[in-house]
Amino acid sequence: MGLAAPLLLCLTCPVAFGLCAVAAGRSRAWATGLGVAGTIVGATAGLTATVSVLARGRAVTWDAPWSVPSGHLALVLDPLAALFLAPTLLLAATAAVYGSGYLAGADDRRSLGPVWFFFNTLVTSMVWVVLAANAVLFLVAWEVMSLSSYFLVTHDHHQEEVQAAGRTYLIATHLGTLFLFIMFFLMGRAAGSMDFPAFPGVATAEPRLMGWIFLCAVVGFGTKAGFLPLHVWLPEAHPAAPSHVSALMSGVMIKTGIYGILRILTYLGAPAPWWGWLLVAVGLISGVIGVVLALAQQDLKRLLAYSSIENVGIIALAIGLGVLGVAYRVPALAALGFAGALLHVINHALFKGLLFLGAGAIVHATGTRLLDDLGGLLKRMPRTGALFAVGVVAISALPPLNGFLGELVIYLAIFKGMLALPFPADLPFLFAVPGLALIGGLALACFANGFGTVFLGTPRSERSDHGHDPDLRMVGPMALLAICCLAVGLLGWAVVPRLFTPAVALLTPWPPGEIQAPLALMAAQLRVVSLAGAALLGLIGLLAWFRRTLLGGREVTQHVTWGCGYAAPTPRMQYTSVSFAAPLVKVFHRVVRPRVSAIPPDGLFPDHAAFATQATDLFRQALWVPVLTMIVRATQPLRWIQHGSVRSYVLYIVATLVVLLTWGLEP
Amino acid sequence: MSPIQLFPLLAALLLAPLLRSVINRTKAWIAGRRGPPWLQPYRDLRKLLGKGAVYSQTTTWLFRAGPVVGLATVLVAVTIVPMAGVAAPLHFSGDLVLFAYVLALGRLATILAALDVGSSFEAMGASREAAYSALVEPVLLLGLVSLGLVAGGYSLSLIYCGGLAVGWERSPEVVTLLAFVLFVVLLIENARMPIDDPTTHLELTMIHEVMVLDHGGPDLAFIEYAQALKLWLFIQLLVGIAISALAVTGWPGVVIWAIGTVAVGVVVGLVESAMARLRLVQIPQLIFGTGAVATMALLLQIV
Repeated sequence: MGLAAPLLLCLTCPVAFGLCAVAAGRSRAWATGLGVAGTIVGATAGLTATVSVLARGRAVTWDAPWSVPSGHLALVLDPLAALFLAPTLLLAATAAVYGSGYLAGADDRRSLGPVWFFFNTLVTSMVWVVLAANAVLFLVAWEVMSLSSYFLVTHDHHQEEVQAAGRTYLIATHLGTLFLFIMFFLMGRAAGSMDFPAFPGVATAEPRLMGWIFLCAVVGFGTKAGFLPLHVWLPEAHPAAPSHVSALMSGVMIKTGIYGILRILTYLGAPAPWWGWLLVAVGLISGVIGVVLALAQQDLKRLLAYSSIENVGIIALAIGLGVLGVAYRVPALAALGFAGALLHVINHALFKGLLFLGAGAIVHATGTRLLDDLGGLLKRMPRTGALFAVGVVAISALPPLNGFLGELVIYLAIFKGMLALPFPADLPFLFAVPGLALIGGLALACFANGFGTVFLGTPRSERSDHGHDPDLRMVGPMALLAICCLAVGLLGWAVVPRLFTPAVALLTPWPPGEIQAPLALMAAQLRVVSLAGAALLGLIGLLAWFRRTLLGGREVTQHVTWGCGYAAPTPRMQYTSVSFAAPLVKVFHRVVRPRVSAIPPDGLFPDHAAFATQATDLFRQALWVPVLTMIVRATQPLRWIQHGSVRSYVLYIVATLVVLLTWGLEP
Repeated sequence: MSPIQLFPLLAALLLAPLLRSVINRTKAWIAGRRGPPWLQPYRDLRKLLGKGAVYSQTTTWLFRAGPVVGLATVLVAVTIVPMAGVAAPLHFSGDLVLFAYVLALGRLATILAALDVGSSFEAMGASREAAYSALVEPVLLLGLVSLGLVAGGYSLSLIYCGGLAVGWERSPEVVTLLAFVLFVVLLIENARMPIDDPTTHLELTMIHEVMVLDHGGPDLAFIEYAQALKLWLFIQLLVGIAISALAVTGWPGVVIWAIGTVAVGVVVGLVESAMARLRLVQIPQLIFGTGAVATMALLLQIV
């Protein structure tokens, strides 16, 4: 096959260049150049292979022996892997270019070699994760991915909160990996091999085991993806990382969790209906609570991180619908559900990448992420503002951009399920329609708040007043992602069914013909939507021209904003993001539980008053902190084992070895 | 396009502002006043279109884009909603989602334009609009989807052109409940009493009107016209249910449709005359209540 060469280039080149970047030592320009070049060469090579696989709908395989027990360097690039690989590589390349500008401006004089090494390692490991066809190889790549992203999260390790975020991330991701170990152990023992191609046989031999494996997958992969209530690391880690890394983590790294669930589903045989219901429930809960918590945030990057939880929820909901379609043998429901999930995976990578890069530009220019310190940036950063606005429309799932197409496909799946399934199997669909609509409405409120507070009005602080557009290295990648959002929105109907059919067919037990019909129908529906979207853009242009002509030659003047006659307004009197979100936070106060501290005005001539409110994460405070405290207390008596003396640790290792060797000696 | 297809579209574009007169005259009649002339909304639009404009120094291109996007989205929505029992020019299975979401785009544009002036008054209205519309979105979709289930398809054109006629025979109680749901959604989405007071001049009590406080001239004309069209569309969703029960087609159907449209306008006027505005904290309760009715209707349908 001619594809092996570009694939191998993609699997090695970024990390090799990353090593060179470390070798570049203190030269920041060389480190950056090598890092970016490695990712771009790797991504270009990988995208060639991906596009070719997607176009032909056939898999490419490559394997080699590996000395690790049960390990095997087996790689498969099939249509499902290709659909995840394409956004990963696209976002990696754009984020790398952006990062070259972003890191150049940082005021510390540290060497950039390590950052680029870990960035390129992260990119490479994600490719390995998606391509791995052996459980040991998969877990190694998974671990490398977790560790390299940990080092990127703790890039600003001199800040206390960044360290804390890194610790949370490290612990959470390893707890998740533990479940993956269990899952692969169960699967591998039953299959007698750790190679993925051996797995499908297990489903027929031991169908009862499949439920447990599925549960382990949901917990293990769900931790990485950010399903509620396993999400607690996500809103800590994503804001702490440099913005191009946040974009990569939020846009594609958490999707490896989604990929894992889909990949495992292909090996589990006929799913039970409860698998689908579990995913639908998890998806709806993650979606609604994720966006409600996003609404209550006062830090732009935290807001985006919580919104990632919401979007992963939408994807889980769609996968759940697909699983239900397979379980109840409704091919159209399965096809639409899985297609909606895959489309939303790609869409979310595009617009969340765009938004995180935009947030990075704001942090870069103003030095703050706090919404209520910002304001008026659209005048100071017009390009960033316009591109961010595109991201806002896309993520609020509004036509004519890509976000709407993805959600529409999920709606179509729900509609199909409602008509096709008998009572009471269709009962939970009752929650899916208003749930998805509520998520959409809340996302609109959330991003209207975020965009409005940051970009509109007047600057709320000195720092915001200094905002300025970044250079082309940072604007270019954002523009590319924005164009992709529009392109998918207007032209997606033409390519989506063809590209998705082979991948969806992998996830369903039916021949591609069964999948093709509903996806072709979907394409026809999406075509009308794109037509309406194009008409909308045309109408906007026409009306804008009409307005211009009307106002041409007439008196158009500028004046201060009407303030009801108040003579001395200050920027601090503007509505804050907290005030904007207040009506909805009040409705959802049981979930958000805002912590309020107030000094009320006192006396007839009060000289001081203060009010502050902070959203808390219900699951962190009410679930994880008590549970983990309990575990720490329960394991207190074992503390004496770990007391920091290296000699005794060596003793432990020797003892373990002796025990294992004697155990192994037994016939 | 045959004349009978073209007629409702033209009627929507030309007669939508007249509905405002219907409501205002009804209110005036109840209050024992004469009310403004029938053509007053058109005169207002003409006056506004002929004016220049004053913009706040704080504003950007977004403030100028708000009314344009708002009107464009409503115009797209006009092509999705079937009127007088005639299929809409744009239709596909699932277009009711497009209807709700394209209007949401217009809402986002209005909200952002309101935030662009940097005044707390506009932002307060924007915040309320974002909150209540986020809550009412599920109710609207639940209502429309339930209608789709009753009618056997998820295209508005299919629902209102034949589907509901079957639905009325099969489960009239569900359709009646859904008509009620859509009426409340109409009041909320169009900022009418008892949710919002379109006539007040006290910024603190308003939702929609306060958002557009700083717009003037042609921009305000766009906003007013878009509002009139939006009200017209939501009234069509109700009238469509009623005329599906009668199952009259052709030009006689058009006559009945015209009467129905005016009748719903009169009912909105009557509600506005009879009710005081709800306190803001009661609005979510009203929305949740309506949502519960919609859920009940859906349950009745699928059980």
